[in-house]
Amino acid sequence: MAQSVIVQVGQCGNQVGCCFWDLALREHAAVNRKGIYDDSLKNFFRNVDTRGAGDGIDISKGKICSLKARAVLIDMEEGVVNEILQGPLKDIFDSKQLITSVSGSGNNWAVGYKFFGSLYRDQIVERLRQTAEHCDCLQCFFIIHSMGGGTGSGLGTFILNVLEDEFPEVYRFVTSVFPSGEDDVITSPYNSVLAMKELNEHADCVLPIENESLFDIVSKINQMVTSGKPGQTVKPESLVTSNEGGIKKKPQKKPFDTMNNIVGNLLLNLTSSARFEGSLNMDLNEITMNLVPFPQLHYLVSSLTPLYTLADVNIPPRRLDQMFSDAFSKNHQLIQADPKHSLYLACALLVRGNVQISDLRRNIERLKSSLHFVSWNQEGWKTSLCSVPPVGHSHSLLALANNTCVKPTFMELKRRFTKLYKKRAHLHHYLQVDGMEESCFTEAVSSLSSLIERYDELDATKDLPIEDQRRLNIVI
Amino acid sequence: MSIVTIQLGQCGNQIGYEVFDTLCRDLNSTQGFCSKKENELYETSCKEHFFNEEKNGVPVARALLIDMEPKVISQTLLKAAHSGRWKYGQHSHFCQKQGSGNNWAYGYSVHGPKHKESIMNLIQKEVEKYDSLSGFSTIMSMAGGTGSGLGAFLTQNLRDTYPNSFIINQIIWPYGTGEVIVQNYNSVLTLSHLYRSSDALLVHENDVVYKICAKLMNIKQISFRDINQVIAHQLGSIFQPTYSSEGSFQYRRNLLGINWQVKPPLSGVPALEKGPSNKDPHFNTSVANLVILRGKDVHHADLGGFKDPALYTSWLQPSDAFNEWRTQRAFNKYEKSAALVSNSQFLLKPLDTIIGKAWNMFASKAYVHQYTKFGIEEEDFLDSFTVLEQVLANYCNL
Repeated sequence: MAQSVIVQVGQCGNQVGCCFWDLALREHAAVNRKGIYDDSLKNFFRNVDTRGAGDGIDISKGKICSLKARAVLIDMEEGVVNEILQGPLKDIFDSKQLITSVSGSGNNWAVGYKFFGSLYRDQIVERLRQTAEHCDCLQCFFIIHSMGGGTGSGLGTFILNVLEDEFPEVYRFVTSVFPSGEDDVITSPYNSVLAMKELNEHADCVLPIENESLFDIVSKINQMVTSGKPGQTVKPESLVTSNEGGIKKKPQKKPFDTMNNIVGNLLLNLTSSARFEGSLNMDLNEITMNLVPFPQLHYLVSSLTPLYTLADVNIPPRRLDQMFSDAFSKNHQLIQADPKHSLYLACALLVRGNVQISDLRRNIERLKSSLHFVSWNQEGWKTSLCSVPPVGHSHSLLALANNTCVKPTFMELKRRFTKLYKKRAHLHHYLQVDGMEESCFTEAVSSLSSLIERYDELDATKDLPIEDQRRLNIVI
Repeated sequence: MSIVTIQLGQCGNQIGYEVFDTLCRDLNSTQGFCSKKENELYETSCKEHFFNEEKNGVPVARALLIDMEPKVISQTLLKAAHSGRWKYGQHSHFCQKQGSGNNWAYGYSVHGPKHKESIMNLIQKEVEKYDSLSGFSTIMSMAGGTGSGLGAFLTQNLRDTYPNSFIINQIIWPYGTGEVIVQNYNSVLTLSHLYRSSDALLVHENDVVYKICAKLMNIKQISFRDINQVIAHQLGSIFQPTYSSEGSFQYRRNLLGINWQVKPPLSGVPALEKGPSNKDPHFNTSVANLVILRGKDVHHADLGGFKDPALYTSWLQPSDAFNEWRTQRAFNKYEKSAALVSNSQFLLKPLDTIIGKAWNMFASKAYVHQYTKFGIEEEDFLDSFTVLEQVLANYCNL
């Protein structure tokens, strides 16, 4: 079985990462009753004998001794990472997995990328190499970061470049939190657009997330939970926003934890079929193979259902089909987008739990007439069935869509960027960083524009009649 | 005469398990509707083809399990061992840590050459166990990366290494509405390559089997297990022992002895298999048909309808194109059962559909970069399309 490494960069990246590790431990604890270090644990965790000196020897089989996360934690401030190291998750990390500094990146992409990048490059490469060496088959790096700040955005995308240079065969999946309109970081449009260029060129696959969407989901759940309707008690561990049963205890929960847990669950569901068995497996390399028809178009909109499970067993479970319908509603998407009314290039359904092929087929048949697929991929569905459901649920669905509905997010980003750039506001903060020039800005916005253009071209084909291409003529 | 079954990829291994399980259950069935001696002959013949006898009595399947990632093989080995009725050989599997990612090019150009030596050695070791080898039967899906790409590569190598052995590929034809988005590319590449090396392609369409489960068997929540069991049942009903000619009391030794090849250059023509034979008023023109009858009153059944010249192409006599095998021993507790293996125009529509979809996608160049990355160029695609369009045209003209 192959392994994955999480690279969490910046405050957002590390806080999300932390939620992810908590949920991962919870999920494996629920499945792995005997405490044996098995193949599914191996994906994200090492089993280490820490009694000896040094790094600890990896134990590949047998009872779990001490689990260590396959992670690299990077931040240019110490606060967040230190808190993790003193918190309940401290045992799964060791000091060799961290890179921290003191002064932070000042919400400046150029500082993160150019300054800290060059300063810490060697150390970063060394840490990554060490982590990679502990894997007998490293398949994928997951980068978690935000786009709007300085470290996650700048240093995060610098690391993306490093990964491509040093580990070209290993996939690079990036979970990027995009800034919302009311972001309090004024320069977030600059940071995001500069980072986008790097994502365009060096990521295999990007899962954009918008805080607004996460917030909406949290509100929806809160409404549900506090509605006080009879029979509406929710199983606490089933909430997509909760880490109930995990290691972190309530008083230590941070304000963004509920939102971050959603992203943590996203990553768990994404990798479930790679970790657990099922009748139709989907590995990470299959995600890029099926969902990225052209190298540039690798932005995937994700949606998770169900958001919770009702605790009352007397209430019949919501029909399985409802789960599929929800996955396509705009309220369940993790960015502000409406895939139903835009054009699908490809769609993947990762199902977990007690769902069979007939349920899948029935729902695909039912839904496809209301969705628009691009002419050359009319039946562009990739499906997987994993037998192990998430904690608290009997089944779940993660839908990944390569859909032109990401375009508005990018256009809005460009608009905000242009508004600032026209006035040359705050530009000097960037240009005074060594290695940073105005061409970085113009190239970045040009890269974003050409991406938007590609989506435009595809959208233009949406309502055209589909013509079959003329086939080869054969002479017998 | 032994048949070496090679199970490739997730699909191949999951189905392979069901096949051997079905064969074993049938073997142990007490409802053979025939004499004890008859039953013993049947058992011996079946074991000769498919199982090795081990000292403690649990038969070992004559099979090799190959996959590029370990999860499915582990599951399959475990299930067999737990059944208590049969098992796989201890050293009969080969797997790696990372799969083919649904990428035919990766299966064919990367995994193939890299693991060629190890896999061919494994096959050689298995072949050496038998006095006589009837041939190879591979089970693979067309839609994914390992079964399809590595499967095509391996079939080529089997042909090169064992030029006189019979090779039949059991191909699982994917659902029309996708399991895999690039399944049409993978299918086109697989079929065109198999044509060059295989003797026969036995096709199982997921859509058709699904309908059997839904409409004929009334299964409400159909799982892949149900689908695989139907396919296993169909395969069992063809491959279990039958008599070699009318009146003889010896079970056919060379199971795969049918002359599938009809007329050059059509070597390696695909055959279609259906469960219970049902005919519709418009007959698909056939090149060859084989009917296998098992069970009670088998010698009284009238198969005259199959000898109707209207069923066959004008340049064939029904007597040359039609074969019938009958055996009294019932299969899988069905008092009477019939199987039809047909080489006909039945495959025209599915094949045309797959080529059409793949061609539409290819015209826009979507996903092509994923293949060129591993050495399958646009010309290779075009070659494959050409080969298949020719096959289509040939069948059309029957």
